[in-house]
Amino acid sequence: MATLPMEQAAAPEPRWQVLRGTNVGDRVYRGVLTAQALSLPLLLLALVSELALNAWPAIRRFGVHFVWTSVWDPVAGVFGAAPMIFGTIASSLLALLLAVPLSLGVAIYLTEFAPKWLRQPVSFLVELLAAIPSVVYGLWGVFVLIPFLRTYVVPPLRATLGWTPFLSGVFYGNSLLAGSVILAIMIVPYIAAVSREVLLAVPVSQREAALGMGATRWEAVWTAVVPYGRAGLIGAVILGLGRALGETMAVTMLIGNRHDIGLSVLQPAYTMAAAIANEFSEATTDLYLSALFEVGLILFVITVAVNALARLMIWRVARGTAVGSRAL
Amino acid sequence: MSVRRLRRRLVSGTMTTLVGVLSFVAVLALLLILGHLVAKGASSLDWSFFTKNPVPAGESGGGVANAIVGTAIIVGLAALIGLPIGIGTGLYLAEYGSGRLGWTVRFVADVLNGTPSIVIGIFAWTWLVKPMGHFSALAGGVALAALMVPMLARTTEEMVRLVPHSLREAALALGYARWRTSLRIVARTALAGILTGCLVGIARVAGETAPLLFTALGNLNFSTHVLEPMQTLSLQIYVYATGPFDEWHRMAWAAALVLMGLVLILALAARWALRSRYGAAR
Repeated sequence: MATLPMEQAAAPEPRWQVLRGTNVGDRVYRGVLTAQALSLPLLLLALVSELALNAWPAIRRFGVHFVWTSVWDPVAGVFGAAPMIFGTIASSLLALLLAVPLSLGVAIYLTEFAPKWLRQPVSFLVELLAAIPSVVYGLWGVFVLIPFLRTYVVPPLRATLGWTPFLSGVFYGNSLLAGSVILAIMIVPYIAAVSREVLLAVPVSQREAALGMGATRWEAVWTAVVPYGRAGLIGAVILGLGRALGETMAVTMLIGNRHDIGLSVLQPAYTMAAAIANEFSEATTDLYLSALFEVGLILFVITVAVNALARLMIWRVARGTAVGSRAL
Repeated sequence: MSVRRLRRRLVSGTMTTLVGVLSFVAVLALLLILGHLVAKGASSLDWSFFTKNPVPAGESGGGVANAIVGTAIIVGLAALIGLPIGIGTGLYLAEYGSGRLGWTVRFVADVLNGTPSIVIGIFAWTWLVKPMGHFSALAGGVALAALMVPMLARTTEEMVRLVPHSLREAALALGYARWRTSLRIVARTALAGILTGCLVGIARVAGETAPLLFTALGNLNFSTHVLEPMQTLSLQIYVYATGPFDEWHRMAWAAALVLMGLVLILALAARWALRSRYGAAR
């Protein structure tokens, strides 16, 4: 390292140190930034270990039965989370069913058909849906959405599909349906924003080729643009699923919080996040608390898996390799 | 024109209209929610709403002064803790993030970004509330900071990456050390973008409720003590909306309007900060 005597003689602060990054200031700077960056992996590790540690008594006591039994009796000290897991997955999938067509429609309209002057304002307004606090969605859902569903949505649904098991029972308002509809509105901005970016990344030549072969504008979009970005679009949907799974306040206020598995969307249900929100401060015994931590751990593991999958798929497209989108 | 061709044109026209209608529906949802907030909340906004504390159930009047001040304090704490770490992590990712650690941090940030906020809430409870023995505004601030950092790290990184390489090279060629280049040239150039990230991050956590349920807890009285339970607008809305009294529901709408206004101002400010700097480039 002690070479280049000429430069050392010329400048009091040797430039080669700057270029090699061995300058003291550089090392301090890099060290500080690295320490800050390490905080995130450490936070994740702490989160996982703390959840697992607190959930351990329940895990040891109930084993895998926790996941597929339905009795939730704090007094007797028996806990089975199947209804919550079912409710979480059911409400999220139902929300996706409503949100996916809506958000893909928004994304396709904004990238392919909307006039130029309309694109910015509309995408801004849709993204603003993500800025509304969850508790405000809950408030709106309780006092506006549920009365609306009761008057205008449930009666016609009953009249046409009332014979199916999915619409049986009395509709009191707080229900799987109400929770799913509010979830759908909440995840639209996320799916729409990512889908829009994915569609924007599709090369113009893809559209031109389809149009050049005589496709209509819709055919060009549906046969050339959407399939090209398929992996990214699926990633966007999975990202929305991740959001829906972990959403707490609005769902807690709307889903009815009944610990039961039922097929009817008009009946109350429960989700993992809602159970934690409702019962955590009431958990009087250590085992009860531990059971809630296990619910949190399961929720965390599911959302991490779902998000990791979504990110990997979006990254593949975002890197601009067509290989990624064809691999599916 | 053949039937087949006519059918294809018809499908194309229908689907084009349909996606337009779907976009309209999404925008309509936003306008409906904002409209209801104004219609049901605006009439309750008066001087005492902002200056008085909540009154016992059954009495009318009162306000949410404690919740407004509490929101400011807890979000302030979150910003104080979260912003430096988030920006530092973002700078690391942009400057040194090409290696394996960079990839890991980036991936962890994205995963944490999708972690349910209620899980962060019970985590903060085990780390701060349980050892300290009582609920506190500080624990709430830390929980919100944990939500803010991953998001801020990613936006900061993106903004710093937008800075042209030529600027960095020019500074290095003039003999600037890397750290000075990074801080005084690169970060300063990206300042508007980083500021936008900060505002968006603050706006996002300002409306959070779930992480505060078991940390800040809520408080019916006026409190500015960060080691005591504290009320926020979001917690107040939750309590009022799920309560049985019409008077509470009225207050919930008003509080929601105030919270929404706060979040909207932050979001618009973020947009404005970005446009003023990058408007020409984008």
